[in-house]
Amino acid sequence: MNRAPLIFLGIFFALAFSWTGIVLTNQISYGSLKPVYDETEGKSYPLQTPGLAARGKQVYEDLGCIYCHSQQIRRPGYGDDIERGWGDRQSVAHDYIRENRVLLGTMRTGPDLRNIGARQTDRTWHYQHLYDPQITSPGSNMPPFAFLFETHKIVGQPSPKAIQSKLPAKYQPPAGYEIVPTERGETLVDYLLSLKDTYAYPETKNVYVEPTPEAGKEEKK
Amino acid sequence: MASAPSLAASLNPATTSDDVQRAELSEIDASTKWPALFLLASAVGWLLIGTVFALISSVKMHSPDFLGNYEWLTFGRTRTAHLNAVVYGWSVNASFAVAFWLMARLSRSVLRHAGLLIVAAVFWNIGVTVGIAGILIGDSTSIEWLEMPAYATPLLFLAYALVGAWAVITFRFGKSKHIYVSQWYILAALFWFPWLYSIAEIMLIFAPARGTVQALVNWWFAHNVLGLWFTPIGLAAIYYFLPKVLGKPIHSYYLSVLGFWSLAIFYNWAGVHHLIGGPVPVWVQSAGIAASFMMVIPVIVTAINHHLTMVGSFNALKYSPTLRFIVFGAVSYTVTSLFGSAMAIRSVAEITHFTHFVVGHAHEGMYSFFTMVMFGSIYYIMPRILLKEWPSAKLISLHFWTTAIGSTLYVFDLKIGGFIQGLLLNTPVLAHKFGLQPGTDPVPFIDTVKVTIPYLQWRTYSGILMTVGHIAFAINFAWIIVRSAQATKTQPTLFRTPPEMEVTAQ
Repeated sequence: MNRAPLIFLGIFFALAFSWTGIVLTNQISYGSLKPVYDETEGKSYPLQTPGLAARGKQVYEDLGCIYCHSQQIRRPGYGDDIERGWGDRQSVAHDYIRENRVLLGTMRTGPDLRNIGARQTDRTWHYQHLYDPQITSPGSNMPPFAFLFETHKIVGQPSPKAIQSKLPAKYQPPAGYEIVPTERGETLVDYLLSLKDTYAYPETKNVYVEPTPEAGKEEKK
Repeated sequence: MASAPSLAASLNPATTSDDVQRAELSEIDASTKWPALFLLASAVGWLLIGTVFALISSVKMHSPDFLGNYEWLTFGRTRTAHLNAVVYGWSVNASFAVAFWLMARLSRSVLRHAGLLIVAAVFWNIGVTVGIAGILIGDSTSIEWLEMPAYATPLLFLAYALVGAWAVITFRFGKSKHIYVSQWYILAALFWFPWLYSIAEIMLIFAPARGTVQALVNWWFAHNVLGLWFTPIGLAAIYYFLPKVLGKPIHSYYLSVLGFWSLAIFYNWAGVHHLIGGPVPVWVQSAGIAASFMMVIPVIVTAINHHLTMVGSFNALKYSPTLRFIVFGAVSYTVTSLFGSAMAIRSVAEITHFTHFVVGHAHEGMYSFFTMVMFGSIYYIMPRILLKEWPSAKLISLHFWTTAIGSTLYVFDLKIGGFIQGLLLNTPVLAHKFGLQPGTDPVPFIDTVKVTIPYLQWRTYSGILMTVGHIAFAINFAWIIVRSAQATKTQPTLFRTPPEMEVTAQ
């Protein structure tokens, strides 16, 4: 008896099962979520990522930041994401619909960055931190990204973007030189500063209800 | 071949004992020589390259200034180059070679169109080279397990299409009426991979899906590469070599069928456990958790089948290099799979997700299980296609002990370190109970980094141990190819000479 066709059918349907369930069903059920138009603000959320930040996102991707930094906040009560101040609310599917590439991440060797633009708004801090993380976060195992900066001779007026005055003594360039972020460095910081999910979509408003003595039977969803 | 083979003989590769069959087998082996040699040599080359990137990345994790000034060697790129080199370079090349060799033998068919396979292998390796170079120069897609830039993927796909065409041809020309369980696994894997890969490439890179549907596609693909490609090939090899080397049939034919179908049904849903707590529908997460837990069934079934085959024959481990690697791999498969099922439970994932625990688990699967099984298979295949014996039993022994101890140390080390990291990161109350921190407030994030540093250093030490093993393996591998056939002894290379040659294979 040749059982090959039967085995093949089984093999086919095994994968067809999860392909339908995980990929197709979800693509149909929420693969075409639309932005939410807020009438009081006159804007559509999530906001479009500004051009420079979008270029910075490519730097984030090609340097592989995702391997140590996630971009997703878990709900209150599951993990410590909210308590750590990584966000005011959990991340929802709506937050990501404008992104051509979704970078949820699976490691937290470093902190979550989904709202880094809301909690660390100082551009200089980001430059210091990227130049050498030990400046702002002693003991960190994040690698230095000094190659996103260049040291060059001051010609005429010093550059307004120069950062050496913000760096500790050991990083100072020779006299007459200055350290400025490269275009890649600048756009990367633009991207980091753009990361904030602050808009409250309808579905984020009652994802978690603090249990009170009276409302014992409150729905969790 | 006049007599119809008995059921037991046709089920079990160990019972091909008469001379006619031997002659037929060696003819089949000879026909696989050039493609297998090319694939295995490429695999060993990638193993060494991947190991170098692994060591660099590992050192960077505790000493971030190491090679810190070179953009192309920043952690995010070396780590990615490591993954792609060992997965698509080492593991896929090795699994192609082992799968073809097994297919040819089990189909009782000489390998036809060897040229087709060699062309495919060349394309595959060019594709991987282009892809990894692309990652290093900054064209990584940052999609986990699919980092190779879009310009490398057509080459890989073309190579795979040739491989698939070849496999179907070989299978159709097969003389053996019965389909042994190893063939089920290999056929399934060969069919599943292109489906996974093409859907993932389309929905993530060429026409990206909207929002977090991408994440679902990503992990549907990435976990299934493990579950529906590497696992079936690894299990196929165990199912073949274990009875073959021991010279006795597999414990239960029916269990092997049950194991196959339960794996096929449950494994492909399991990938969503990488997104537990994430912004994807909760029902998919729950389905993924359930499927991950159901994986206990195929794992236990397969474990019973493998380990009960071993019972009574442990003595053979003293002699046979192939058996030693294969058994180490089989035991690791059981352990890592049960860990994997446990890690999918929500309350466990709360702690282990996002930590080095997962990295430890991943290496237990891809290294302690899959890579060790491939090592064992290569020790069996090479002498048969080259008609020469391994030059040095000492190097094989060194290879085994360094990789066995190194990988075990690696896995334990990262699981412990990762668990502590996870407790501090996510569950301050629990961490406090374990005495890991003073209060029940979240500890500063930097403390969760500092606590892992000693474990990351130990990871480097265990990595050095494995590197030594890989070098020993590579030397032996190059040596067996270049040594002259006359100089070789006729006995198989064993760790020691058995009192009587009861072990039929090397």
